[in-house]
Amino acid sequence: MALLAIKDLRARVEEKEILKGLSLTINPGEVHAIMGPNGAGKSTLSSVITGKPGYEITEGSVLFEGKDLAELAANERACEGIFLAFQYPVEIPGVNYTTFLKTAINAKRKYFGEEEIDAMEFLKLMKSKIKLLKIADDMMKRPVNVGFSGGEKKRADVLQMAMLDPKLMILDEMDSGLDIDALRIAADGVNTLRSPDKAILCITHYQRLLDYVVPDFVHVLAGGRIVKSGGKELALELEEKGYTEFENAAA
Amino acid sequence: MSTTEMPPFLDAALPVPVEETGWLADLRQAGLDIYKRKGLPTPKVEAWKYTNLGGLAKTEFKPAALDVTVAADKLPLAAALSLDALALVFVNGRFDPAVSDLGALPKGLRVESLSKVLQAEPALVEPLLGKLATREDLPLAALNTGLLTDGLFVRLAKGVTLDKALHVVSVASGGSSAAAFHPRNLIVLEEGAKATIVESHVGLPDFPTFENSVTEVTLGEGAELKHYRLLNGPDTSYHVGVTLADVAAKARYESFALAIGGALTRNEVRVVLSGEGAHGVVNGSYAVHGGQHVDNTVLVDHAVPRATSSQLFKGVLDGTGKAVFQGKVLVRRDAQETDAQQLHKALLLSRGAEVDTKPELEIYADDVKCSHGATVGEMDAEQLFYLMARGIDEETALALLVEAFVEDVVHEISDEVVREAFIRKVRDWQTGREKAVWSE
Ligand SMILES: Nc1ncnc2c1ncn2[C@@H]1O[C@H](COP(=O)(O)OP(=O)(O)O)[C@@H](O)[C@H]1O
Ligand SMILES: [Mg+2]
Repeated sequence: MALLAIKDLRARVEEKEILKGLSLTINPGEVHAIMGPNGAGKSTLSSVITGKPGYEITEGSVLFEGKDLAELAANERACEGIFLAFQYPVEIPGVNYTTFLKTAINAKRKYFGEEEIDAMEFLKLMKSKIKLLKIADDMMKRPVNVGFSGGEKKRADVLQMAMLDPKLMILDEMDSGLDIDALRIAADGVNTLRSPDKAILCITHYQRLLDYVVPDFVHVLAGGRIVKSGGKELALELEEKGYTEFENAAA
Repeated sequence: MSTTEMPPFLDAALPVPVEETGWLADLRQAGLDIYKRKGLPTPKVEAWKYTNLGGLAKTEFKPAALDVTVAADKLPLAAALSLDALALVFVNGRFDPAVSDLGALPKGLRVESLSKVLQAEPALVEPLLGKLATREDLPLAALNTGLLTDGLFVRLAKGVTLDKALHVVSVASGGSSAAAFHPRNLIVLEEGAKATIVESHVGLPDFPTFENSVTEVTLGEGAELKHYRLLNGPDTSYHVGVTLADVAAKARYESFALAIGGALTRNEVRVVLSGEGAHGVVNGSYAVHGGQHVDNTVLVDHAVPRATSSQLFKGVLDGTGKAVFQGKVLVRRDAQETDAQQLHKALLLSRGAEVDTKPELEIYADDVKCSHGATVGEMDAEQLFYLMARGIDEETALALLVEAFVEDVVHEISDEVVREAFIRKVRDWQTGREKAVWSE
C-alpha cells in the first residue's frame, strides 16, 4: 500500500483555492522532491497534509496508509507518523524544550495505548540523538526555538523528527536561511533517519538541498498542481532554466 | 457625599462599641468616620469603575465569630503554597497559635499577632498603624481601621536578614454562616533588614466569606522586602485587600500576587517610593474562569528623584471570567530621573471573557523615563499548531501554552524557593482543571 496517496486534491485557505487538482503517490523508502516557484502552493500542500486549521479540502482525498487524513486532527496525524519540519519553526517562549519533547513522545505513546516513557530512558534517548545531530546540550534547556539561530531551529526540528520516529518526513524549505555548513549538518541528520520503511517529501525552491538529500522523484508544482515529474536530473534542469516556463503554463 | 447608608452585610459587621479611649479608639473612630462618609465603593467611584461589590449586598455577612478555629487536619493547606518556612495560621483574621509553626524565632525578628501587641505594647505600633491606610480614597481600608482587632505584626531589626521565608496562611471559614472579617497587618523592616514574606489566602467552601484586609509596610533605608501573595480561596470567597508600602532611600520592595481562586478578588497595591534610589516591583498574574472576577489595582508613587519601579501583570481568562487591571504611575514634580515601567498582558481563551485595562501615567517632572503597555490577545494559532503537529493533543497543548504565559511573570520572583513553590502551584492548578474549562 502507498504510504501517502493524494488524489485530485483541491484545497483552499480563506476562500482562496490554492491547490487545484493535485495528485501524488509516495511509497515507503522513497524520497520525493517538490519544487516550484514562490507562491505555487508548496507550503499549502504541507499544511493540508499535516492538518493545519484553516486549510480546507474541498475535493479529492489524502490517504495515509489507507486512512483518510480528513478524519484526523493534526495531533492524530502526527501520532500516525507524519512529521513536518517547518519552513519557519515557531518560537514558544516559556515552554522548555525538554518538557516539550517529552510531552510529544508521551502523546504518541498514549495514542497507541502505551505507558509513558521512563525519565531515564527519555534522557538516554535524547542524549544519543543530540550527539548524532551535533546539537548543543544547552539548547534543550531553553524555551522552544527561542533565541535559536536559523540553523539551530532547523536542527532542532530534525532532532524532534529523530525522537518521534515518523514514517513520512516532510521537509519544507529546509535549506532556507541556512549557510552551507548548517545545511549539510541538517541534511546529514535527515539522511541518518532514512530507512526502507520511511519516506521523505522534500519541498524546496532551490536545487542545492537535493545534493544532500538525493531524491528518487522530482515534481514541479505550479499553479496548484503538479505539472511535471521526473528523476533527480529534473532538479538540475530547473536550476538551469528556472520556473518561467511553468509559471506561464499555470497562468 | 452624604452619610451613606451602610449596606446590610457590612452594617452587621460593625463592632460592638469598645470600651476604650486613647489613640486606638481615636484611630478606629477616624476610620469609621471615613467609611460612613464614603460608604461601600460603587462603580460610580473611578477606582471601582470595573469592580462592582453591589452583588455582595445580597448575602448577609455576619462578623466572623472571634473564636472560630479549624482543626489542623481540616485546614485547606493543599490550596496554600507548600513551602519550607516559618508558618503562621490566621483563621478569619485571628491568629491561631495552635496550628502555627514558628519554632524558635531568629534573633532580631518579632512575629506576633497584632492583638497581642496592642494589649501588651501598644506604643510599639502607635506611630505606624493607620499612617498609610487612613485615607478618604480608601473607604474599605478605613472600615478595616474602624474594626481593627487582629492581624500580623512583623518587625525585623536593623541589618538582620531572614534566611527563611515567613509564610502567613490566611484561612477564611464561614463556620455556620456567611462571615466578614478585616485582618490588619503591619510589617516593619528597619534599616538594611531583609526578609521574604509570603501570604497564602485560602478558605473552606462552607459559607461565603468576605475578607477586607489591610497591610501596611514600612521599609527603612536599604531594607529589602520580598512580598508574595497567593489568592486561592474557594468559589465562595470574596477578597478585597490593599497593601500599602512606604519605601525609604535605597530600599527595595518586591511584590507578586498570583490570583487563581475565589469568586471575587481585588488586589490593590500602593507603593510610595519616598527616598532616593528606592525601588518598587509590583507584579502579578491571574487566571479566571467561570464567573470569577480578579481586579489588580496598582499605584506607584514616585515622590522623590532617582527612584525606579516596574509593574508586570499577565493573566489568562476563560469562560465568563472577568479581569481588571488599573495601573498608575505617579511622578511628582521633584521626582526627576524617575525610571518607571508598566505592562499588562491578557490572554483571552473565550469570547465570554472580559478584560478591562486602565493604564495611567501622571507625570509632573520633566526628566523621566516611563513606559507602559497593555495587550489583550488570543491564543497564538501558530504555536498551538506547532505543538499539535508534534502529536500533542489540543487540550495538553493549550495547557502548556497557558502555563508558559502565566509562568513568565512567576519567573520574575527573585526568591528561588518561593518561585519554585509558585511554579508548582501553577502546575497543580493547571493539571487539576476540568477538561471543560479551557473551552473553545
Ligand atoms: N494562511 C493563508 N492565508 C491566506 N493566503 C494564504 C495562506 N497560506 C497561503 N496563502 C496563499 O497561498 C498561496 C500559496 O502559498 P504557499 O503555499 O505558502 O506557497 P509556497 O510555499 O509554494 O511559496 C500564496 O498565494 C499565498 O499567499
Ligand atoms: Mg513555502
